[in-house]
Amino acid sequence: MSTDFNQHGAGPNPAPSQPSPAPASPSAWQTAVVERVTVETYRARTFTLRLAEPRPFLAGQHYDVRLTAPDGYQAQRSYSIASAPSHPAGIIDLTVELIPDGEVSPYFHEVVQPGDELEVRGPIGGPFTWTPAMGGPLLLIAGGSGIVPLRSILAHREAVAPSLPTLLLYSARTLEDVIYRDWLDALPERAPVSRAIYTLTRRQPDGWSGYQRRVDPAMLVECLSSLAKLAGDQPTEQSPLCYVCGPTGFVEHAADALLAVGIPEPAIKTERFGPTS
Amino acid sequence: MVTRGFFGRRRETPPRPIPPGQYLERGFPVLTAGPTQRVPLDQWSFTLVGADGEPLGEWTWEQFRSLPETEIFTDIHCVTKWSKLDTTWKGVTIDDLLIAAGVTEPPAYLMAFSYGGYTTNLPTWDVIEGRGMVAFEFDGQPIAPEHGGPARLVVPHLYFWKSAKWLRGIRFMPQDQPGFWEQYGYHMYGDPWKEQRYWGD
Ligand SMILES: Cc1cc2nc3c(=O)[nH]c(=O)nc-3n(C[C@H](O)[C@H](O)[C@H](O)COP(=O)(O)OP(=O)(O)OC[C@H]3O[C@@H](n4cnc5c(N)ncnc54)[C@H](O)[C@@H]3O)c2cc1C
Repeated sequence: MSTDFNQHGAGPNPAPSQPSPAPASPSAWQTAVVERVTVETYRARTFTLRLAEPRPFLAGQHYDVRLTAPDGYQAQRSYSIASAPSHPAGIIDLTVELIPDGEVSPYFHEVVQPGDELEVRGPIGGPFTWTPAMGGPLLLIAGGSGIVPLRSILAHREAVAPSLPTLLLYSARTLEDVIYRDWLDALPERAPVSRAIYTLTRRQPDGWSGYQRRVDPAMLVECLSSLAKLAGDQPTEQSPLCYVCGPTGFVEHAADALLAVGIPEPAIKTERFGPTS
Repeated sequence: MVTRGFFGRRRETPPRPIPPGQYLERGFPVLTAGPTQRVPLDQWSFTLVGADGEPLGEWTWEQFRSLPETEIFTDIHCVTKWSKLDTTWKGVTIDDLLIAAGVTEPPAYLMAFSYGGYTTNLPTWDVIEGRGMVAFEFDGQPIAPEHGGPARLVVPHLYFWKSAKWLRGIRFMPQDQPGFWEQYGYHMYGDPWKEQRYWGD
C-alpha cells in the first residue's frame, strides 16, 4: 500500500517493509562550489551548488552542511533540497532563511558568494519524500521556510506527473515572506490541476481576500474540497497524501488539524525544522 | 577544510565535552516522521516479546507504575546536531522490567516498537545494567506527547532516535535488524561520540 508511511514494523511481530528506494549511504563529506546566489525574499536566499560527486536524490531529502573555523571549531546544519531530482546532475539548490541571531544561516546570508567552497554530505532523509509511485492527490502544507522541500516535490511532480491534482497551502507572515512566489503563482499555468493558496498570518496587503489566520481544521476542509475540485470531483480511492513542513510548532498544529478532519495518520508525513522549548 | 570567513558564533563552552558536530540547545526540539501520537493511559500497555514472538510480560499503566522507579540525570544528543545537558528522567529500568518478567538471559538484540508504528533496533547490552529505561517523567513532569509520552525509551549514550517515543513494547531478536530510521540510512548503532550518524560512519 503506497500510503503506508508510518507503519513500518508495527506490532510485536513486525516484518519491516523496505522503504523504497533505499538511499545510497550519504556518509562521505564532499566539496560543493557555490555557482549562484539568488535573492528570493528579504530573508531567504537560494544557493545553487555544484557537487564534486553528483548523487541521485529523492524530492524531500536534505543535505548537511559543515562549516569549519580556522581553529577547527565546526558547526553543522541541515538544509532541504529545493530543486527537483531531474535538475542537471550534480547541481542542487538550497534555500536558507535568515535567523538573525543564528550561527549558520547568517553566515550564508552575509558571507557566502559564488565561487566559495562548502563541505556538504547527503542526500539524507527517507520518510519525508515523494516518488511518483506513491501517487496522490497531494496536499502540501508549508510554514515559512518549510516550503523548501515541498518546492522540490512540486517541481518533481510537474516533471513526472503533471496531471496529479496537487494543492499547496503555504502559511507565511506577510506576502513579502512568501518564497518562490512567482513560480508558485504560475503553477496553474504550467499544470492546471495544481494551485498554491496562501495564508498570511501577520500582515496582509490592501484588498487581500485570502486567508489571514493560522492553519486550522476549517481551512483544511476548504483546501480538501478545492483539491477535490482540482481532481474533477472524481471520487479518489485514497485519501490525499499530506506533507507538512515548517517550524516544529507549526507542524504539530497542522498535523493535528489534519487528523481532526479525518486524514488517516499513515497519509501524513512531517518534517520539523526548528526547535521548540 | 577551513570555510572562508566562518568563525562561529555559538561558542558557548559546554561545561563538559559534547560529542563532535553537536551544539548546545536550551530548548527541546522534536524529531518525528509523522503526527504526534496521543495514547490515553487507560488504553496504554507495555509488552515484552521473546525472540519467537512469545509474550514474556505485559503491563497496564497501573501495573507498570507499580514497578520500581529509577531517576537518571544525563545529557542527550540528537542526530539533527543538538545536545541538551542536564536532563532528568524518571522511569523503570529495563533491568527491573526483565526481573518482573522473570527473564534472566535475554537474546542479544531487541526492536523497540511504538504506538504509530515506529521501530528502532538496539543491542540488548546497551539497555541493561542501568543503561536504558522506559521513562514516564522528564524534568519532574509527565512526558509531553510531542516528546514521547506517556512513556518513551531513554538510552542516553546513543543518538536520541534510539530512544523511541510512545513506546509500546520491546521484542527480542537473536540477530540485529534495522528499525525505521535505520532502514532510511541512519546508523545501526548510533554512538554520538564516534559520530555514527549514517550508514558507513
Ligand atoms: C531536516 C531539516 C531540514 C531543514 N531545511 C531547511 C531549509 O531548507 N531552509 C532553512 O532555512 N532551514 C532549514 N532547516 C533549519 C536549519 O537546519 C537551521 O536550523 C537554521 O538555518 C538555523 O540555523 P542557525 O545556525 O542560523 O541558527 P542557530 O544558531 O542554530 O539558532 C539560533 C536561534 O534560532 C533558533 N532557531 C533555530 N532554527 C530556527 C528556525 N528554523 N526557526 C526559528 N528559530 C530557529 C534557535 O533555537 C536559536 O535560538 C532544516 C532543519 C532540518 C532539521
